[in-house]
Amino acid sequence: MAERRPAGAGGRATVVVRGGTVIDETGERRADVLISDGTVTAVGPDLDIPAKATVLDAGGCLVVPGLVDLHTHLRQPGGEEAETVETASRAAALGGYTAVLAMPNTNPTIDSAAVAREVLQLGETALCQVAVAGAITVGRAGQCLAPMGELAALGVRLFTDDGTGVQDAGVMRRALEYARGLGVTLGQHCEDATLAAGGHMHEGAWSSRLGVPGVPAAAEELMVARDIMLARLTGGRVHFLHLSTAGSVALVAGAKAEGLDVTAEVAPHHLSLTDGELSGYDAVFKVNPPLRTECDVAALRAGCAAGTIDAVATDHAPHPPEQKEGPLDVAAPGMLGLETALAVTLEALCAAAGDEKGKGAMSLHDVMALLSWRPARIAGLDVGHGGDQGGPIGVDGPANLCVIDPSERWEVDPDHLASRSRNTPWAGRMLTGRVRHTVYRGEPVVIDAEAQR
Amino acid sequence: MTPPSPLPDADELKPPPLSDAGRHLLSISDLGAEGIEEVLRVSDAFVEVASRPIPKVPALRGRTVVTLFAEESTRTRLSFETAAKRLSADVLSFAVASSSVKKGESLRDTVETVAAMGVDAFIVRHPSAGAPAQVAGWVDATVINAGDGWHEHPTQALLDCYTIRQVLAERAGRPVSESGVGDFAGLRVAIVGDVAHSRVARSGVLAFAALGAEVTLVAPGSLVPPSLEGWPVTGVSHDLDAVLPHVDVCYLLRLQTERGAGSFLPSIREYTAGYGLTLRRAGLLADGALVMHPGPMNRGVEIADEVADLPRSLVLRQVANGVAVRMAVLFLLLGQVVRGDATGTVADLGHGYGPVDG
Repeated sequence: MAERRPAGAGGRATVVVRGGTVIDETGERRADVLISDGTVTAVGPDLDIPAKATVLDAGGCLVVPGLVDLHTHLRQPGGEEAETVETASRAAALGGYTAVLAMPNTNPTIDSAAVAREVLQLGETALCQVAVAGAITVGRAGQCLAPMGELAALGVRLFTDDGTGVQDAGVMRRALEYARGLGVTLGQHCEDATLAAGGHMHEGAWSSRLGVPGVPAAAEELMVARDIMLARLTGGRVHFLHLSTAGSVALVAGAKAEGLDVTAEVAPHHLSLTDGELSGYDAVFKVNPPLRTECDVAALRAGCAAGTIDAVATDHAPHPPEQKEGPLDVAAPGMLGLETALAVTLEALCAAAGDEKGKGAMSLHDVMALLSWRPARIAGLDVGHGGDQGGPIGVDGPANLCVIDPSERWEVDPDHLASRSRNTPWAGRMLTGRVRHTVYRGEPVVIDAEAQR
Repeated sequence: MTPPSPLPDADELKPPPLSDAGRHLLSISDLGAEGIEEVLRVSDAFVEVASRPIPKVPALRGRTVVTLFAEESTRTRLSFETAAKRLSADVLSFAVASSSVKKGESLRDTVETVAAMGVDAFIVRHPSAGAPAQVAGWVDATVINAGDGWHEHPTQALLDCYTIRQVLAERAGRPVSESGVGDFAGLRVAIVGDVAHSRVARSGVLAFAALGAEVTLVAPGSLVPPSLEGWPVTGVSHDLDAVLPHVDVCYLLRLQTERGAGSFLPSIREYTAGYGLTLRRAGLLADGALVMHPGPMNRGVEIADEVADLPRSLVLRQVANGVAVRMAVLFLLLGQVVRGDATGTVADLGHGYGPVDG
C-alpha cells in the first residue's frame, strides 16, 4: 500500500475505461470513457487510446457514476478501534462508492463546526469524498438544537440524530422549521423509544420463540407517521433513514402521493435478510432497526420498484469483535455494508440478477439510480457525483466512476475486507455482482477489485 | 401495520444452528419426543439410585463438570451439583459474584479460560437468552442449558414431565419404569401466569406438546408473548376459572413480582385476583387434577398457601425428581462415550454398578 497522499494527486494520469456499457441517468450505451486531469475528456465507442494511458478493462461491465452512500458510520473520531475515515473510505471505494455521508454519532458528536471540520479534513486524503451529516440536537440528546447554521455554512446538507430518533415532537417540529429556513434536510432514525425499550430484535414469531425482547414494527411506524404529520405542519423536508417495515413503506407512499417533501432510504440487509437469521443468537445479525420478516422484505423491495424508496444506503456500522461476540442482548447493533451493498442490492432488486428468493423487478438502470444519482441529490452531492446533476457521463464531467461486473460470483471473506471490523452478515456467502474498478476524481483507486492505496 | 410473517412452523423453529444436537442440551427441541422419552426412562434408574443407602454411582468418575451461573439460582445449581456428584463427577462451581466477570472479562474469555482447565461439561445459567448456545459454539465441552433469559429451561421441563409420568403411573398402579409416555396423549395442561417472560413456559410447552399433551396458556394479555406463531398450544385464555375444570395439570408460573409494578400489571393484588390459584379456584379443579410449580413459590401471589400444601400439589416431588432427571441428562450426554471408550450403559446402572464410597 502506498503512503498517504492527497486525493487527486493520482488523478493527473490519463485513464481509459474501455469496452463497457455506460449507464447513467440519461440512459445506456456502449462507450469507452477517456479521463485526464480528473475530468472526463471523451466518451464514445472505440476511442483511440493515448500512449501511457492506464487502461481499465470494462469488457462485460457496467460503467456508472460513482455510488453515493447516504448512511455511513466512519467511527472517527472516537471509535477508531472499529473504523477510521481512511479504512472506511477504502471499503467504500472497493464497494464502488465515490462519496459517503458520515453519520454524526461519533465521539464527540458532529454537532459543531469544529468536529465537522475534523472529519472533512480527514476525508481530504480518503479514497472517496467524505461528506458530513450534522446532528439535529446537541450531543444527539434530543433537547437543544445543534448549530445547524454554522454547520450548513460548512456545506452540511443533511442533519440527523441517527442511532436514535428525535423523541420529542415539539423539538422535531422546531428543528424542521429551522431547517426549512436553511434549506437543509432532516434525516430521521424512526424509533419510538418507549415501544422499542429493551428490544434486541424484531418483535414477532422468532423473538417470542427465542425469548429475546423485541422491537415491534410499530416503534418505527409511529415515528414515520408522526414525522409525516410534522412535515405537513412545517413544510420541512424529511428524509427517512433505513426504513425496515412494510407499514413504513405504505406511510411514505401516502405522504409522497400527498406531495409532501419526504424521501426514504433502505439498507441492503433489510432488502435481503429476515429475523430468522437470529435463530442461532449470532449477534452479527443484530442491527437497528432489526431484521424483520419476509413480508417486510417483500414490501421494501416493492417500495424500491415503485419509487417510494429513493435510495439504498448501507448503514455501514463497524464494531470490533468484543462488541459483537457477547450475548445478543449485550452486543452492539450494526453490520458492515460498504463492500457488499452493491451485490446484495442487485440480487434483491434487479431483474438481471436475482437470488434464491426470486428475481427482482427492476432494471439495472433503476437500481443504479437508487445507489448513485438519487442519493447524490438527497445529500446535496449531485454536483460531482451521480453523473453531475443527473447529466450523462460526458465530456468535462467529473471523473467519479464505478465499473461493475454484474455477473461475477464471489465469496465474502471477513478477513479480506478493507474495513477494520469484521461484522459482516454475509461472511462465507456467495454474492453475485462485484466492483471491478473505481475512479475517484480521475484516480483509479480500485483496479481489478484491489484498492490501489 | 406489518402483516403477519408467513412463517416459522414448529419444525423450522427447531435446533438453532449453534446447537450440535445430541452433544448439548440447549432446548427441548434438541431432544424431540424420543429424546424426552429416553431421558425419562433413564431417570427411572437414577430414582432407584437415590433410594439406595449410598446414592452414588461411578458413571462419571474422572469427568469434570462446571456449573457456570451468571444469575443466582441456588436451587437449580444445587440440584445439578448434587446430580453430578452422585454420578461421581468432579464438580466446579463458578459463581459470578466472585468471578472475573465482575472485573470486566467477557463471557467468552471466562468460558475459554475455564475450558482450558479441562472441563467435560458446562452447566450454564445466564440472564441472556442464547448464552448457552453461544458457549456451545466456543468450547468443545458439552453444554447444558440451566436457564437462559426468557428462552428455555429444558431440565425443568424434563423433571416436570418425569413427575407427571410418575404420578400417573402410581395412580394406574403400575411401576413407573413400565410407563412409556402414553399417559401424555391428550393430557390437558394449563400453563398459568407470566408466559411472556418465562423460560419454564417455553420449555414446558415444547416438552408437553412433544409428548402429545394439549397445552393451554392462561395469562393476562400483557404477559402473553407477542406472537405464538409456531407454538404447539391449543389456545390462550384470560379466564382461569373457565379453564380449571377442564385440565389434568395446572402448571403455575412464578410471577416475578417486579412485573407487578404498574407496567405489565396494575398490581400484584389484581394478578392474584385474576390468576392466582386460590383455595376457591383449586376447588374448581377436577378430582385428579395436579398442581405444579417450578419454584420458588410466591405464596399468596400465584398460589395460595393452603393450595401449595394440598396433596395434589407436586412441588416437592418436582424438586426431588430434579436430581434424578439431571443425573439422567448428564449421564446421557457425558456417560456413554468417554473419549472413545464406553464406560457404561443404562443397564449397567441397575445391575453392574453398586454403591461406591465417596
